[in-house]
Amino acid sequence: MDQFVQQLLNGLFLGAIYALIALGYTMVYGVLRFINFAHGDVFMLGAFGGLYVHKALAPLLNALPWPLALAVVMLASMAICAALGIAIEYFAYRPLRTRPRLNVLITAIGVSLFIEYTGQLVFGATQQPFPALIPRQNISGLGGLTVTMTQVIVVVVTTALLIGLRYIVMRTRLGLAMRALSLNPTAAALMGVNTSVVISFTFGLGSALAAAGGILYASLYPSVDPFMGIQPGIKAFVAAVLGGIGNIPGAALGGMIIGVVETLVTGYSQKLGIPSGYKEGVAFIILILILLFKPSGLLGKVEREKV
Amino acid sequence: MQLLLKYRTQAFLLLALLVSFVVSQASDNIDGYVLQIMLVAGINIILAVSLNLVNGHTGQFSLGHAGFMGVGAYMSAAVSVEMGPSILGLLGGPSTLSHGVTFVIALLVGGLCAAVCGWMVGVPSLRLRGDYLAIVTLGFNEIIRVVFQNTSSSGPFGGALGMRGIPDYSTFFWVFGIAAICIYVVASMVNSTYGRGFLAVRDDEVASESMGVNTVRYKVVAFVLGAFFAGLAGGLYAHLFGAIDPKGFGFLKSVDIIIMVILGGMGSTLGVVVAAIGLTALNEQLRDAEKFRMIVFSILLIVMMIVRPQGLLPVTFEKKRRKSA
Repeated sequence: MDQFVQQLLNGLFLGAIYALIALGYTMVYGVLRFINFAHGDVFMLGAFGGLYVHKALAPLLNALPWPLALAVVMLASMAICAALGIAIEYFAYRPLRTRPRLNVLITAIGVSLFIEYTGQLVFGATQQPFPALIPRQNISGLGGLTVTMTQVIVVVVTTALLIGLRYIVMRTRLGLAMRALSLNPTAAALMGVNTSVVISFTFGLGSALAAAGGILYASLYPSVDPFMGIQPGIKAFVAAVLGGIGNIPGAALGGMIIGVVETLVTGYSQKLGIPSGYKEGVAFIILILILLFKPSGLLGKVEREKV
Repeated sequence: MQLLLKYRTQAFLLLALLVSFVVSQASDNIDGYVLQIMLVAGINIILAVSLNLVNGHTGQFSLGHAGFMGVGAYMSAAVSVEMGPSILGLLGGPSTLSHGVTFVIALLVGGLCAAVCGWMVGVPSLRLRGDYLAIVTLGFNEIIRVVFQNTSSSGPFGGALGMRGIPDYSTFFWVFGIAAICIYVVASMVNSTYGRGFLAVRDDEVASESMGVNTVRYKVVAFVLGAFFAGLAGGLYAHLFGAIDPKGFGFLKSVDIIIMVILGGMGSTLGVVVAAIGLTALNEQLRDAEKFRMIVFSILLIVMMIVRPQGLLPVTFEKKRRKSA
């Protein structure tokens, strides 16, 4: 029983990170109606951003108390990735805005491969250790459960970012414009919404969240490599679809569910008789099942295709 | 003369088979390295033309073609490794004929298994469109790879290490003969009255359905036939290199095939054949610069989509039509 609760907790911590990545998929889908395949790679760049910012500012950061140093590294990496996200949209996706969605998807695959292999060239193909931005210590809580400091920080940061995101989307003019655009792009443009600015902003916001997710993930599993974004990216995408793509609370919920399911499958794979190597296939099986039985997701609206 | 005109596609097919047979007889005179590249190009032609039926002609974006290729490769290799000796025994020991019969059986088993997988992917595709379908086919590709990777390392499929010691049956005749048949089947199907349905599904699914086109059947036929030829290509690949492993049939291999289709022009058989040959050659050129290979290919993909999404050799009659957004 204790073990089950422990697994459940571990799943929730992992799910919080998936939720951060899933938000980027869902927001971009909301405004542009396409799947940004390269989002998982922005997540990877976020982790590397953290690594390099930490290297560059090491003397300064060592002088600061660790929560402040973490905040500096995280904000810097988020800013870098936001800029990269906006650049990707500007150079690769914007020229295709009036083209069929499939063309944009193909471009997104191209961008994803480009980031991965350029990353391999620049960062090297081997895994690199990620610095301990958060002290690696255990907090033993209630009844034999162990929670690490990193896991606590993951939850705190994720919650703060989610509240911040909700504030931006619901209370600011840009957030209003984002919602208008996802409801009806033509009508929004006619009402004076500057579509290009809103789309750039959405990419920036999503990429910043992915960067934060990348740093948290790299703190939880302390190594980084140019291909680390693929698996979490796919799982987060599944989470976004599970919650109902285009729906922001849905993405957060989906992320949590995927995190818990994955941790439980891994933890109990021997008892269930599934070789642990099948773990990589779990997300896809969930995805296929959702798309077959409830393609609109848990919280999504059903959309009918009109002629 | 009239007769020749009427059956000119069939005549082309026969000619292609004849030429590949003659070249095959003379293949000892070709440099081994060059021959190998030619055979790889031939396999790529089969893969690209069969994917083009799904992606180009029918407009269903599949990201999992390498998965079907993998099924074909594994199944045909299993047949020729596990059952080959007994088939050879039945036919009175090793000879050109008995090897040929074994190979045909192995290829057909591989192709049919891949076709069954194609059917399994085609059926969910009835409910999915566009990018969702792409992701699901990608998922099938990964699931197939994970399943082969997790087979027992002492079993027939060899787990993560893959299979070795597959007999090298793939000759010039088999590769280019099957490529010719593949081009013939796909081209004559799409150009037939029946085949207009594929193009109708691509151009406007809702409209063609309301005009009485059985969109469900066309999509499934495209997937099954595409997967069958991909399975044959996989079988040829396995019997060309003699060793296969699950990593060779992952997402990146699917992307390789997609780049051929996009470069040649979706829906253009000639363009896709030319692109398959060209990219095979480019791939060889970049072999010394392996680090840059995927960077070059990904830039190619992005630039093509922005500058010339219809491909380098698009189908001509499509230019005259006005396409609605």
